[in-house]
Amino acid sequence: MTSLPTQPTKKKLGLVIDLDICVGCHACAVSCKEWNTQGYSAPLSDENPYGEDPHGAWLNRIHTYEADIEGERSTVHFPRSCLHCEQPACVTVCPTGASYKREEDGIVLVNPDTCIGCKLCSWACPYGAREYDSSHGVMKKCTLCVDRIYNENLEEVDRVPACVRACPTGARAFGDLGDENSEVSKLVADRNGYGLFEEFGYKPVNQYLPPRPRRNSIVEGAPAALEPTQASKAQTKSERLFQWADRVLSR
Amino acid sequence: MHPAYSVILFTTASGAGYGLIFWLSLLGVGGFLPIERWFGFTAFGLAFGLITIGLLSSTFHLGHPERAWRAFSQWRSSWLSREGVAAVIAYVPSGLAAIGWVFYEDFSGIWSIMAVAGAVMAIVTIICTAMIYASLTTIRQWHNPLVVPVYASLGLASGAVLLTLLGSVFGYPVGTLEIITIVALTIALAIKLAYWRRIENEEKSWTIEQATGLKASTTVSQLDAPHTMDNFVLREMGYKVARKHGRKLKSYAVILAFLAPMALLALDIAANNQFSIFLSLLSVLSVTIGVVIERWLFFAQAQHVVTLFYGAKQA
Ligand code: SF4
Ligand code: SF4
Repeated sequence: MTSLPTQPTKKKLGLVIDLDICVGCHACAVSCKEWNTQGYSAPLSDENPYGEDPHGAWLNRIHTYEADIEGERSTVHFPRSCLHCEQPACVTVCPTGASYKREEDGIVLVNPDTCIGCKLCSWACPYGAREYDSSHGVMKKCTLCVDRIYNENLEEVDRVPACVRACPTGARAFGDLGDENSEVSKLVADRNGYGLFEEFGYKPVNQYLPPRPRRNSIVEGAPAALEPTQASKAQTKSERLFQWADRVLSR
Repeated sequence: MHPAYSVILFTTASGAGYGLIFWLSLLGVGGFLPIERWFGFTAFGLAFGLITIGLLSSTFHLGHPERAWRAFSQWRSSWLSREGVAAVIAYVPSGLAAIGWVFYEDFSGIWSIMAVAGAVMAIVTIICTAMIYASLTTIRQWHNPLVVPVYASLGLASGAVLLTLLGSVFGYPVGTLEIITIVALTIALAIKLAYWRRIENEEKSWTIEQATGLKASTTVSQLDAPHTMDNFVLREMGYKVARKHGRKLKSYAVILAFLAPMALLALDIAANNQFSIFLSLLSVLSVTIGVVIERWLFFAQAQHVVTLFYGAKQA
């Protein structure tokens, strides 16, 4: 049923992504692809994978942005996947009922047995979170690893989304954002976490933690400039000329 | 947005079909058309044919056309589903009205009620189609109050052009039809021009900073994309048409869909309907090509907000 749950779901499972920590290694995306091409979303197909124009369905993508933040030129690695919104139009536009939001935990899923592959849901998502699998003929999206998080055949430590388990820096956390006392909710409160594109009113559940101010300008006790080394002092005239030319040219 | 050819064919064909049903029904009831068997058979047959071809072609771009029946289930929330339901319902009153016209050569009483209901359902179905686009907040050029009037007026105008052709083939006096058609085309042109003025002058107020939520003192730029080749999102929603290209196509659309048929029909009126068949056939061809271009542009000119994540500064 593509009408949304009438009450806000009590549990709001989601991810908290720390933009301060993420190093842009794409481990989460690779791990996601690997898990989901054999689990709920299987097959997560690629087209022309060894050809000139390889592309395919992935549920998690990592952008890298550059901007001046708090006065410092910063590079921000930015993982982007479904935010499991509370009021998502990707669900309500679906003509078949294949796209739905679960009442019990708020996860947004596509039923691969009833999806007709009309792609309208992907048009309705402002976050580009849905990717069409043309060899399977249905829409694919992040399932929050619904086939891991409740899976009693897995060790307790593995009952989190594959991306969270894979992240080598701990930039991704998983939990119930509907519970104020959960670890993830506290993290969001401490760090001023935010949802993407709140202006659209979809009420994304996943939250992003902003990059913290850089500390490199206030490292105490560090010399303002390095002493020239013995080798660089003992320079011939021609070497100094080259060095000068190098400085001039690189201006 | 990437223009799916099946969707362009669908909206063009079914729009004209519903427009034809609308005029047939109302002008028939109003006594402006002869309720003659073979004329009714041809006209209703053409309209139902166009609508059916359109509906079938709209399933071609689906990943699972065999499951298309499922799309009738979610009319409570989905405009796509409502469109499907409306399209099926619309067959009933128009089909009955056609029976009255073709088998009994009678378009009064109960048949006229069916005809009016059919005309209403034709409009309702076109509106549902347009609302699929107009309800998407993610695409500025579609989430726009002129989209529904554009679809409705173009459907009616292209239906009127078809009816003029049919009338002249059957040797009826088509002067009134031609005037109605010219008026319908003028209204549709005015609405479409207003639509274009609006999307071109509207400020693009969504920014990459809003999309990423980064509190930056300079604009955010994308240093590295997540993938080296275009993925589904970029192919489907990042489709761009060069502005120059767009402007040229826009003038083709204005000429072929509107100005040329208006001129051709006016010429026929001036010539005392001597060349009705020839000139109205030309206008049907011209409108068809023009509307296909217009529909293609409708997609190609639309920019989805997801392009912001891929480095577009504004959307
Ligand atoms: S991020 Fe997109 S796909 Fe996920 S729930 Fe929100 S609107 Fe739907
Ligand atoms: S692609 Fe599938 S899930 Fe998406 S709107 Fe169409 S039927 Fe629903």
